[in-house]
Amino acid sequence: MTHVLLNRRDLLAAGGALLALGASGHHLPASAQGLAPTPSMRGGSNNYRPDAPIVERIGGGGFWMSGTVRRAGDGAPLQGQRIQIWAHTTEGHERDPHSHGATLTDENGRFRLEMPQIVPAFGQAHGHLAYDSGEFETVFLRPLMASAKDTSLEAHFVLTPV
Amino acid sequence: MLEARKRLVKACLIWSAVATAVAVPFIAATLSPLLAWREPVYIVACLAGAVGLGLMLFQPLLIGGALPGFSPYKARGVHRWIGALLVAAVVVHVAGLWITSPPDVIDALLFRSPTPFAAWGVIAMWAIFAVAIMVALRQRLGLRPRAWRIAHTLLAAVIVIGTAVHSVLIEGTMETVSKVALCALVVAATLKVIVDKRVWQSRARRAEQRQTD
Repeated sequence: MTHVLLNRRDLLAAGGALLALGASGHHLPASAQGLAPTPSMRGGSNNYRPDAPIVERIGGGGFWMSGTVRRAGDGAPLQGQRIQIWAHTTEGHERDPHSHGATLTDENGRFRLEMPQIVPAFGQAHGHLAYDSGEFETVFLRPLMASAKDTSLEAHFVLTPV
Repeated sequence: MLEARKRLVKACLIWSAVATAVAVPFIAATLSPLLAWREPVYIVACLAGAVGLGLMLFQPLLIGGALPGFSPYKARGVHRWIGALLVAAVVVHVAGLWITSPPDVIDALLFRSPTPFAAWGVIAMWAIFAVAIMVALRQRLGLRPRAWRIAHTLLAAVIVIGTAVHSVLIEGTMETVSKVALCALVVAATLKVIVDKRVWQSRARRAEQRQTD
């Protein structure tokens, strides 16, 4: 499922990025030995709500979603990237707005957001993450928890410039 | 007199075994901790799935003549009614899930769901609907009894296997042990009836076989 929902901020960011990169960004040869971009996962975008607000934590917390964001090819960590997170938790369904939140990556390309405990929904304990800020290709992830009792989950993004 | 009492005891034992096999998984499902974090529509959808699986156990038992108190004719009538209830349970299950999370159900119906169990459930659903349509159009289809029997049995096998795999792979409201036990019973009962009834043989051949047995 593709979401073509752009707000002005996204457009400005994407436009700025394009200007900064110039045309060269587009024609970077994809080096075979370089880091391959992360493909979106099946069902990753289900119940996505664009523009989840950046929050200190989602709800009461107690569960940690973390991961990294790197650039395809050279694997450079990407700072200040907005990662949106949502899941079916002890505090709400995936569709509920209060189940959604976003956070930014630090200088090492790492992100970490506290949220309520994820509980199995639709037969699997899973979370959803999105990169959808326009500068890089959109990626939707749907990582599974090894056990429903886990109190943390990781997901890693390798993004390719638009 | 003694014979009659023996028969009664046997009937009571069979019925309580079947009732336990169906009721325990359902009661366990209603006690699932997951329900605390689900909305009523989602809960109804989940329990409709558990009800459907439970109803499925009666179908081969009725046709195999394993349930005391039903003549073969009566058993067929009840089999048909339970089939109708099964269709209703599937409709409630899918509709409730759809209301809860439309994209997940659309993915499942289009066979592009990330969850491996979804496709098995969808296949079983279509097989259940196919049986219902076949039953509704039985006169008009004009199938010979043997063709009818084989088609119905093949669909029943798809339904039972699809449902069992679907249920076992899900981490859902049903409690694991009682769920797997019920699935195993449904599969075993179906298999036994298919073998015992020699579904693939013509009526004359089956009658002949019965005499020599």
